[in-house]
Amino acid sequence: MTEPTIYELSRPGRQAFSLPKLDVPEAALPQSWLRSELPLPEVSEVTLVRHFTRLSQQNYSVDTGFYPLGSCTMKYNPKVNEDAAALPGFTRTHPLQPVETVQGNLRLMYELQQFLAEISGFPAVSLQPAAGAHGEFSGILMMRRFHADRGDEKRNKILIPDSAHGTNPASTTMSGYQAVQIRSDSRGNVDLADLAAHCDDTVAGLMLTNPNTLGLFDEHLLDVTRIVHECGGLTYGDGANLNALMGIAKPAQLGFDIMHFNLHKTFSTPHGGGGPGSGPVGVTDALREYLPGPVVARDGDGYKLVMPERSIGRIKTYQGNFGVMVKAYVYIRMLGAEGLRRVSEDAVLNANYLQERLRRTFALAYDRRCMHEFVLRGKLEGAPTVKALDISKRLIDLGYHPPTNYFPLIVPEALMIEPTETEDRETLDGFAAAMERVADEARRDPELLHSAPHVTPVRRLDEVRAAREPRLRCGH
Amino acid sequence: MPYGSHTEADRTEMLAAIGLTSVADLFEDVPESLRFPALNLPAPLSEQEVLEEVRTLAERNWDADHHACFLGAGAYNHFIPSVVHHITSRGEFYTSYTPYQPEVSQGTLQATFEYQSMICDLTGMDVANASHYDGGTALAEAIVMAMSVHKGQRRSVIMSGYINPQYREVARTYTQGAHVRFDGEQPALGLADLAARVNNETACVCIQVPDFLGRIPDWADVQALSQAAHAVGALLVVSANPISLGLLKPPAEYGADIVIGEGQPLGTSLSYGGPYLGFFATRSQYVRRMAGRLVGETVDADGKRGYVLTLATREQHIRREKATSNICTNQALNALAAAVYMAAMGPKGLRTVAELCYHKAHYAAAAIASLPGYRVREGEFFNEFVVSCPRPVHAVNRHLLDRGIIGGWDLSGDYPELGSSMLLCVTELNTRAQIDHLVAAMGELS
Repeated sequence: MTEPTIYELSRPGRQAFSLPKLDVPEAALPQSWLRSELPLPEVSEVTLVRHFTRLSQQNYSVDTGFYPLGSCTMKYNPKVNEDAAALPGFTRTHPLQPVETVQGNLRLMYELQQFLAEISGFPAVSLQPAAGAHGEFSGILMMRRFHADRGDEKRNKILIPDSAHGTNPASTTMSGYQAVQIRSDSRGNVDLADLAAHCDDTVAGLMLTNPNTLGLFDEHLLDVTRIVHECGGLTYGDGANLNALMGIAKPAQLGFDIMHFNLHKTFSTPHGGGGPGSGPVGVTDALREYLPGPVVARDGDGYKLVMPERSIGRIKTYQGNFGVMVKAYVYIRMLGAEGLRRVSEDAVLNANYLQERLRRTFALAYDRRCMHEFVLRGKLEGAPTVKALDISKRLIDLGYHPPTNYFPLIVPEALMIEPTETEDRETLDGFAAAMERVADEARRDPELLHSAPHVTPVRRLDEVRAAREPRLRCGH
Repeated sequence: MPYGSHTEADRTEMLAAIGLTSVADLFEDVPESLRFPALNLPAPLSEQEVLEEVRTLAERNWDADHHACFLGAGAYNHFIPSVVHHITSRGEFYTSYTPYQPEVSQGTLQATFEYQSMICDLTGMDVANASHYDGGTALAEAIVMAMSVHKGQRRSVIMSGYINPQYREVARTYTQGAHVRFDGEQPALGLADLAARVNNETACVCIQVPDFLGRIPDWADVQALSQAAHAVGALLVVSANPISLGLLKPPAEYGADIVIGEGQPLGTSLSYGGPYLGFFATRSQYVRRMAGRLVGETVDADGKRGYVLTLATREQHIRREKATSNICTNQALNALAAAVYMAAMGPKGLRTVAELCYHKAHYAAAAIASLPGYRVREGEFFNEFVVSCPRPVHAVNRHLLDRGIIGGWDLSGDYPELGSSMLLCVTELNTRAQIDHLVAAMGELS
């Protein structure tokens, strides 16, 4: 059944609020500024709650099922994190309060900076960026200022492998640099010859996700970071895939100068249907004074906020997505060093286990040991009309969220699968069986896939019409 | 390990299935000398212990439940109805991903569509996106968009000095690679002064209403500025306090081309500055220049109404280096909170909240103005006002802290020309008793 919009449920005069009476005398209102109408919906509280509850029931979520969405790390989001972040001592503090009244917040932030530094090997961390792409943008701006401070104005390019997330080239453009694509080799690594050919004194730096978006650890990583350094460039590590590396390797030791963390991937904070996230950045000593600020520093027995000396500036208002930081802090405190390493080990084990089983049915994009995720080709022999999208949609009927499809761009009909460490073996086996069933159906009854999904509140949606005749708000 | 599922037996069998005997064998691609570094982290805690630890930290803070708080300056202490938290706490909402698979994401998609609609209603604009990180980044993206509307041919941005100083800083951070010339932030420039600086190099004029000092401008001045901007083809960008729009005319009525702002007052807690919500609305003609996600209505294969992410050719996952912005993850759950808040309040509730803030702030201002040594800056204001103090603001605030009150924002850093002045904010959560207590405490200094 189609859920009406909140506007369709609106009736004049209904209300879902209760506010105190005015306890002071009225002042004269600014007559020339008073608005004449405000067409917001008017509903009762029960109507409001039922509406949004019914909407929630039309969502797939980690709490309701397996979500093997590659590159998104859809792990279980611990409930205690939510309770901690909802403590009134945190939620009811104003961002501009005097530091002596928010020492609890600052201590938590300071500790989280230290934890992330220890996990990554970078000596300095800023928690300010609000998301991964925001951390990337901060990182490239830091490169820009670093080179400018050395009078090195010739550098105008950022090298980015063809397997990268779209945010990498987009962050590059926003920073005023030109994105230059570097090929991948036949094993999914950065093509060293192509990299070397592009490295000269116009290169500001390289952005590299490692393990990369194919789920592969670059076999020549130390050569890659060395080659870039030799031409005077800096190396940016996109930390989207840090879930494979905790206690396995420290990115700073692998030759990266800057890296962002996705607290909403690696550190178990929920994705919220598209945010909020948090994208702290870590850097080497040479770059610490360029970090976006403020950052938290010790001040005698307490803590204070400081702006790094050559900071790129504020990348957002206030101190970052504090509520998200509380959740990541709790997660790290619950797991400790051993637990975090176990997280990465199990994430990689689960991906390899699933890859091993699915390779019997689907072609692997790269036939190698994978890290925390892997990429299949969603093209089946004997099913010429079936695409990765059809496979994805049919999986929905069988109770699973689809893998990421059509990314990375270098794999045609890509199906990118990231099981995460929190899933048990039965779930992985069940998903593999569903994939095998879909492959079988693709050959026997391709129409079943073309017309999928069949069990959802809506069937396939007309995206072309949505873009051609945009309807971007409720009509009323 | 908490949150894991495997027993040792599971691991052994799963490793055997892939032909390995040890978990360590999975990591042979990692350079051997750098493999398995020790992590020096504190020993793990149980759920009970970790809650005790964070509760201790939380209780070390002063919070607005236990102290009267008169701080605003961009983050506002408003009442949040219980329905908001209950809806955003549903696992189906907060543990889902970006709605790229629309058939299993209609909940997030429709809620976002309703959020977009309500932001349009509030601001009077045609289209609104699914959110930015906060008000500051929304302003920065508005400036980037205005430059893109002019195809990079105009490099000058007139930015009022009475926009939140932190927003202005974020705007400069964002545009440091884009060769923008900012003008208009010099002390004491009014709207008429800004209008006089507009020329055919101007990409956009950015103002805040009510401004950072809480002032409601003269209606004629804001219209004159709007006309001056439009006369040379520049865009008018308005940063608005969404609660004030329950009472005041929407920016569309004075010609805004882009309306942005901090959506935190709409149902998001103070949370020490984040996560918040940047709202962003514009005119239909500019929709393809807009950053961020957009949800559109369409139909499914059976002709049934449904919702999808649309006009994605603006976005980084499709357009990569040619995208309008790099934004990916945004503040979806905060946008949901805002949608629930606005629907709960409706036109009448929002107007009532705005009026409570207005009247209480004016009551406080009048009482403080009558204290010896204090002066309240003249002019129309919404719920924040500037108080010139007889002592340095930090000394006044120190005294207020001793009385259990979180005082106003010290303006001497950003506006030294105002002398020893603080920005006080009053909302519906400040009772008359709290205000009287504040006034009495301030009166103890002169």
